[in-house]
Amino acid sequence: MTNDILVFAEQRNDKLHPAALQIVTPAKELAAKTGGKVVACLIGGTLNAAVEAIDKTGVGAIVTVSAPALANYSTLRYRTALAAVIGKVQPRVVLLPATFMGRDLGPRVAAKVGAALATDVTSLSINAEGSLDIIRPVYNGKASCHVGFPKDRPAIASVRPNTFPAATGGGGAARETLAYTPAAGDDRIDVKEVAKAGGEVKDVTEADIIVSGGRALKSEENFKIVFELAKELDAAVGASRAACDAGYQPHSRQVGLTGKTVTPRLYIACGISGAIQHLAGMRGSKVIVAINSDKEAPIFKLADYGIVGDLFKVLPAMTAEVRRLKG
Amino acid sequence: MKVLVIVRQVPDSTTNIKIQAGGQDIERAGVKMVVNPFDEFAIEQAVQLKEKRKDVASVTALIVGPATAGEALRTALAVGADDGIHLQDEAFDRLDELQTAALVAGVVKDGGYDLILIGKQEIDLDSGQLGPALAELLDIPHVGTTVKLEIAADGKSFVARRRIEGAEEVVQVPLPALITADKGLCEMRYPSLPNLMKAKKKPVKVLKAADVAGFAAATANLGGVKMHAFQPPPERPPGKMIPGDPEPAAKELVRLLREEAKVV
Repeated sequence: MTNDILVFAEQRNDKLHPAALQIVTPAKELAAKTGGKVVACLIGGTLNAAVEAIDKTGVGAIVTVSAPALANYSTLRYRTALAAVIGKVQPRVVLLPATFMGRDLGPRVAAKVGAALATDVTSLSINAEGSLDIIRPVYNGKASCHVGFPKDRPAIASVRPNTFPAATGGGGAARETLAYTPAAGDDRIDVKEVAKAGGEVKDVTEADIIVSGGRALKSEENFKIVFELAKELDAAVGASRAACDAGYQPHSRQVGLTGKTVTPRLYIACGISGAIQHLAGMRGSKVIVAINSDKEAPIFKLADYGIVGDLFKVLPAMTAEVRRLKG
Repeated sequence: MKVLVIVRQVPDSTTNIKIQAGGQDIERAGVKMVVNPFDEFAIEQAVQLKEKRKDVASVTALIVGPATAGEALRTALAVGADDGIHLQDEAFDRLDELQTAALVAGVVKDGGYDLILIGKQEIDLDSGQLGPALAELLDIPHVGTTVKLEIAADGKSFVARRRIEGAEEVVQVPLPALITADKGLCEMRYPSLPNLMKAKKKPVKVLKAADVAGFAAATANLGGVKMHAFQPPPERPPGKMIPGDPEPAAKELVRLLREEAKVV
């Protein structure tokens, strides 16, 4: 093993995932401790813009694996390619974003190369023995714990999006390409169709801002006022389990324990009381706003800003104000 | 076709979590344990396949855990699984998730299972490693975060719909394969009292470390992370309540989000 830190820079269609730029930030801090360099790894079809973008983050080297078979994400092919890069670079630590791709790929690659793994981490350091030690939330955010890694094998961690700022600085990193050599059975997963869910609006896991509605919206049609505010803020629309179970919104928008875990910069909870089930999915948000007619609602305990009031009046007034300020 | 469903037992999501003095773990005493909700979707899907298809020979439920985890296994049997495998040994308690995957792979690799179902993650540690890692160690494909599963008439492949960021992907995969279940796949039926009684008579094979050939070697070569220093979540400072009529309050909120929090 070298002292290098490998970063899996997730991209789709030659466009980096925002989390790819973010995970370079802790990677640089770790490399400063180990005395190694940050090596970015990109896997895909045509890779140009994504390579240029990652080169503006100050990584020390860039390894690309580019092939037509890798144009779309495929678990088995990407596993083979990333394992090959790990074999070549021999990094001490590998970081992936804890996105769908990172969560899908991390365990498979770890099992393939004989590494150790922690997922969805929020803080990383190198301990006195020179091993990776991370912090991650557990028990639906009701606690967190450290996870220590063994020293004799690569340490892989997937990092929760929006935990670190995007890295900047540098350029002109050494570039290397690696061929994709398919492993037997790599073609077993055949992607037939990718259907965009929910039309034009962003997915909650990708958004910087989320406006979320609860059962108090009372109908699918009434969610219109949530969508209108979301549009002005360039936000995604989320929903509580109660609102999804009532059929107001599809389960793909559900935030919470059996829905999605989100960590946006701003989370606006509208008519959501704040059941443990919901808090589990959004308590990692940076700024939380609660709008609810019940002043005893538990969501106010977590909120940075709160309005006790009728959301059918407050939301349209917010939308109008944001629109007015944008001019 | 043989189906395997993997079950985890987790603290109920509404339970209070207390951290042990010294922070090495949470307090286990008095914590209500339930079947992991995502594994419930997997159990129901497995049982529905058996009910709908003549070519499903058996559904086996597997759990790794102490004697008390037998309760979660019994739930799977009461819902309709035919038999159970309970991997129960103190040595297993020390394994991390990748090592648990190696343990399970060692037990099921010669079992002839065509389809393995498991929840996409456990709601206690939320790590989601076991399914994909097990598929890797068995050298079979996996489809994660699945919300719809249709097995082809010939029983040789399936089409699955999976949830990815902002989209759904439809994939076709040959069996044998592993599926991780997301919400939407199917809700687990409530096991009836007679079925819970019947479940007690269904066969459960209890396996110790000594019963798993190659256990030590399989778990020595990967994983090995150790959790320590559990902490309560950081306290959030008390929030600011904005009084007044809806319209001025909404304006003031937008101002604070722009000028104070600087998030819009």
